[in-house]
Amino acid sequence: MYKVKKMTKTDEKLVVNGKRLDGRSLKDLRNIEMSIDVIDRANGSARVKFGDTEAITSVFGPRKLYPRFMQEADTGIIRYRYNMAPFSVIDRKRPGPGRRGMEISKVSKLAFEPSTILDDFPRTVVDIFTEIIQADGSTRVTGINAASMALATAGVPMKDLVVACSVGKIGDELVVDLNGLEDNNSEADVAIAMLPTRGKISLLQMDGRLTKEEMFKLIDFAVETCTIIHEKQKEAIKQHYESKRNLEEEDENE
Amino acid sequence: MENEENDDDRIEEPSMSRREIVVPGECLGERNGRKLGRGVYIEDEKIYAKIVGIPIINENEIKLIPMSGAYMPVINDNIIGIISKIESSGWLVDIASPYEAYLPVSDGVDEFVDIHKTDLSRFFDIGDVIFCKLSKVTRDGSVRASMRSLGARKLFGGVVMDIEPTKVPRIIGRGGSMINMIKERTDSAIYVGKNGLIWIRGDNKEKAIEAIKIIEKESHSTGLTDRIEKLLDVQGEENDEN
Amino acid sequence: MKSYAYDLLINDKRIDGRKLDEYRTIEIKQDRIKHADGSAVVTIGKTKVMVGVKMEVGTPFSDTPDEGTLMVNSEFAPIASPDFETGPPNEDSVELARVVDRGLRESHCVDFKKLCITSGEKVWTVFVDIHIINDDGNLIDCSFLASLAALMNTKLPSLDDENKVIRGESEENLEVNHQPIEVTVSKLEDKFILDPDADEEKTINCKLTVAVREDDMICALQKQGNLELSIEDTKKIIEIAIEKSKELRKFL
Repeated sequence: MYKVKKMTKTDEKLVVNGKRLDGRSLKDLRNIEMSIDVIDRANGSARVKFGDTEAITSVFGPRKLYPRFMQEADTGIIRYRYNMAPFSVIDRKRPGPGRRGMEISKVSKLAFEPSTILDDFPRTVVDIFTEIIQADGSTRVTGINAASMALATAGVPMKDLVVACSVGKIGDELVVDLNGLEDNNSEADVAIAMLPTRGKISLLQMDGRLTKEEMFKLIDFAVETCTIIHEKQKEAIKQHYESKRNLEEEDENE
Repeated sequence: MENEENDDDRIEEPSMSRREIVVPGECLGERNGRKLGRGVYIEDEKIYAKIVGIPIINENEIKLIPMSGAYMPVINDNIIGIISKIESSGWLVDIASPYEAYLPVSDGVDEFVDIHKTDLSRFFDIGDVIFCKLSKVTRDGSVRASMRSLGARKLFGGVVMDIEPTKVPRIIGRGGSMINMIKERTDSAIYVGKNGLIWIRGDNKEKAIEAIKIIEKESHSTGLTDRIEKLLDVQGEENDEN
Repeated sequence: MKSYAYDLLINDKRIDGRKLDEYRTIEIKQDRIKHADGSAVVTIGKTKVMVGVKMEVGTPFSDTPDEGTLMVNSEFAPIASPDFETGPPNEDSVELARVVDRGLRESHCVDFKKLCITSGEKVWTVFVDIHIINDDGNLIDCSFLASLAALMNTKLPSLDDENKVIRGESEENLEVNHQPIEVTVSKLEDKFILDPDADEEKTINCKLTVAVREDDMICALQKQGNLELSIEDTKKIIEIAIEKSKELRKFL
């Protein structure tokens, strides 16, 4: 039998003496795992875990776009579908996107549009499919981090990798990377996606109650955190290709 | 859409080795009047990577060798195509790309053809495999194929397999060494298209396919050339015994 | 897409002579719909949105057995624009409903604990139905204003002995404790623009909607459009929204 993690509303104090219930400090990220090329049939794919939240993204394309009327004569387009697997949450989620899935798909797509460069691929589409395999808070940003690496692996041209994270207010403290329990009991939670080398925001959603000063501080925290995640993305991508390449070259010199 | 010659630099440039792989968004330097090749873009006179790749940077140009990506047609590429549709004065060819190629009758057949009287399937029918050249590639994705080139031909029998286009140089090998070894040891006829489609015919084609798949997927193993040799040697011995 | 609206805006001009940070004429008509428990029609310029509130008896969510619930729905009626199609809500309609929902919910303008009828069994569900009547731009701001106005004149229906709703009878009003306002600020080149009309909206690809409560607390943010925003501009927009919300609140 598995141990159920408590994620619903609680009266428990979420932060005590600067430590969160899972032992993290206010600005600590959960343990991050990133792997690339996890789905053979896709043009590009990646798996990202933030603690127990797990997302797998596949990218197909650029490929021909049907129906024809959706084609853009001078550029390719992107499509993004966010979906939560029924078994990803404690109480089974009915299959299908629902309104929440639709909205997340929309804002996630818009998170990538400032970055993708598709004018060399007229009349095509790049399809991005993100499946949330396990949900423990901050699923949409985990999906975006995976999608970013999947797009890079598929060879889809981008101005910059896209990086995302969640920040928020729990108890009276401002924190980074909210897990499921914290998310459901937060004073405020913010999802943010950025083009890191340009310092520009491509996704910003918040709900809760924050003063202007708290909001500004959280935006700054998010920028710092995205920088850390960006380094991990770069490392994961480079390592993946370096290991293949090192040995290919040894080969050629034989 | 690019109309430049394609790169085999990856095999031909040994001094490239320790250049670091770059990811989209990384800055590669100032333009300084240099020509920009594939995989890079310019912003405020600075050059940035737009794909994952290995930079080639010298006084004349800046470009990237891509680590992956769908095949994008490039003029003069020799490719394998599969006839997908017969039109009134030519054929549509599937070239494993988001864009199909069009093979006009005039570039497909040497003899005079009266298109109003002739059934074009006489020359190329749906499903036929051809080895041909891309004669024209325009900005909006129109691609033209032509059989008017050395080596272009219809390929009979055999099978077609599909690999990642960026692995094609690896399959071919330095000076053709890898592909020739596979051809000889498996006694197969093989045509490799720049678009990642490969046509193979021969009694031992399964071994050839296996070898190609290994090269494509497991290039992280040490001593790949040795490994392929061994794989094909076993087959070679079996052939001798027969 | 460069158009006449674009040319005007980047030169700090608008076709109706407004300044870039001016809203069009705002009119709020309360209690317009007979069969709704609360309603409002709001026009901002030519944009017209009708909101009806219905109070129904429903079941609470399992993790909040003592709290009423809120359901916001939006209908982009085909009458309102050549761009609206028949059929199930599209992603823009869904987004609008959810953005309005968050502004209402997170601002705590309705105390859901006061909407409990029988703990764990029966609670009031507040249905807010947004109907776009004419789309001449800035739907979110208009829809939010209409939704809040409708809530502010909503009557709680009376219940019979079996806790069933008696339509047409009411003894009390729905308590609305806060007045949040949603302000959508658009960015075009280096200009910040408020309340774009339909033509202006077509040229705009970067917007940030900010929900602000009367005590200047920020309750919701939603970035829209496919262009990126700098950190600086994000913070500036939040400040613009906080300022502007005070003006708009006076209309309630």
